Amino acid sequence: MGKDIFVWIEQFHGQIASPSLEAIGAARRLSETLGGQVCACLFGQDVQGLAQEVVAHGADKVFLADDPTLADFRLEPYTTLLTQLAREHQPEAILLGATSCGRDLGPAVAVDLAAGCVADCTSLDVEDGRLVATRPIYAGKLLSTCTVPDKRPAVFTIRARVFPKPEPDPSRTGEVTPVPPALTEDQIATKVVGLQETEGGVSLTDAAIIVSGGRGVGGPDGFGPIRELAQALNGAFGASRAAVDAGWIPYEHQVGQTGKTVSPDLYIACGISGAIQHQAGMRTSKVIVAINKDPEAPIFQLANYGIVGDLFKLVPALTAELKKRFGS
Amino acid sequence: MHIVVCTKQTPDSAAKLSVDEAGTVTWGDSPIVINPWDEYAVEEALLIKERYGGEPKVTVISVGPEQALEALKHAIAMGCDEAVRIWDDSFAGSDTLATSYVLAKTIEKMADVDLVLFGRSTIDSQTGQVAVEVARRLGFSPLTYVIKIAALDPDGRSITAERLLEQGRQVVQAPLPAVVGTTKGINEPRYPSFMGIRKATRAEYPLWSAADVGVEVDQVGVTGSGVRWERIFAPPAREGMAEMIPADSPEDAARILVDKLLAEKVI
Repeated sequence: MGKDIFVWIEQFHGQIASPSLEAIGAARRLSETLGGQVCACLFGQDVQGLAQEVVAHGADKVFLADDPTLADFRLEPYTTLLTQLAREHQPEAILLGATSCGRDLGPAVAVDLAAGCVADCTSLDVEDGRLVATRPIYAGKLLSTCTVPDKRPAVFTIRARVFPKPEPDPSRTGEVTPVPPALTEDQIATKVVGLQETEGGVSLTDAAIIVSGGRGVGGPDGFGPIRELAQALNGAFGASRAAVDAGWIPYEHQVGQTGKTVSPDLYIACGISGAIQHQAGMRTSKVIVAINKDPEAPIFQLANYGIVGDLFKLVPALTAELKKRFGS
Repeated sequence: MHIVVCTKQTPDSAAKLSVDEAGTVTWGDSPIVINPWDEYAVEEALLIKERYGGEPKVTVISVGPEQALEALKHAIAMGCDEAVRIWDDSFAGSDTLATSYVLAKTIEKMADVDLVLFGRSTIDSQTGQVAVEVARRLGFSPLTYVIKIAALDPDGRSITAERLLEQGRQVVQAPLPAVVGTTKGINEPRYPSFMGIRKATRAEYPLWSAADVGVEVDQVGVTGSGVRWERIFAPPAREGMAEMIPADSPEDAARILVDKLLAEKVI
């Protein structure tokens, strides 16, 4: 048996989800030691055009299933098809981005294959010929290392923005193999009726820059300057649990133990004291800036840069400075 | 209608954790509580029960050692009708593959289950995998990240749910029976009432063994698991303290900060 690695390529409206490209990069690195090929599994409708992008990012092979039943991600047809491909080709491992869909598909495939699935990995390496993953537990207060000792394939979902995204090489070539869907529409019970897209466009988990507001913003209107700064930085805006529980901003924006876990390049915390539950959701950010009027706020112990002062003066000043430097 | 809520006990979310060389995690005096995410699943089951005039039966179940009683008691105190704990020494060391197998066998044994509710994940091992695995094993409709049950029609055997995805809120229609993974925002979990707490103290907590639910011993515990936990350790601390930028003039502070962020190459 070869030591091929499968990577599931998630796409939405014809755009590949970044964590899938990051997963190709991770698989590429593993395959240098394991010696097998990186095989991308790309499912959807009218997605043939994405195959070359997948190859350019490092895949050797693409299994391409293009069918109306695969237009939206649905667990039943995607799981059955990925399981079937894994049974036929016996990969050593399957990698998926730890997005909402990836975190459903990975374990579902693992159940079908009686395999092991390690969730939300932040590192993945080959040690003595076996794959070893690290993942945060207890909201990142602790880490654990996990292996899949004997059941194959080993399935890993990998956290977004932790593994580097490979630089595309348009001259790379790869073999594209069309595959038929595994289920027909009448065999799929769930029907997608609609989608209300998120306001603002940039998703928190994908964002390179996040500006968040907490209790210190004082009310729903206080998020105005936070939003403007996020816009000036082309980032997303988040919130602490205090602000969400107060009803100032919808739950979709919550960062922390009971909200989203994010790893942006830059996290700007405005009026957030930095409770341990909030830290759990953002402590892996590359650079953290804290703006708070309380010099004793715990967020300053986590931050790289801190400013003690009034966020209603500092945040607009920062937005103005950015506009001055980069134009609006 | 029969609704099952799956739950687990965890240390309190505010607990200060420590881990020793052997990888044993302890949490001092912090209490063991119901996994906070599971309270949303319990609440949703109770709201459905109320909507249907109290007719649906709500059973809370947990695969776990005696500590799991803490989670079951809380759910009964909130208003669930019955509780079942499922445990056998052979279950020790189970990963989600094995745990989902035990849960699926339990639900299969009950035979009349229409809806299975879960919290988003547990706050300790936080895999978030068990709900979807149970759905897959039972062939129930898999509805995860549910922030709203928009319609439930027990006679027409259908459910419509809003799911919170990265791209937005997706509306999905599916047949019953279904597994629903709830998320925060779906409701506001109630506090147990005084009467509820009394009821929980007096309630029965039957224990079902491996034989009771009819599991194959090679599919549970370490043998039945795919994932092995090799090591648990504390993460490296973030380096040093924040570099403080004086804020006497907001404009100067902004200028200095932008310079720093440009040097860090994050903007």
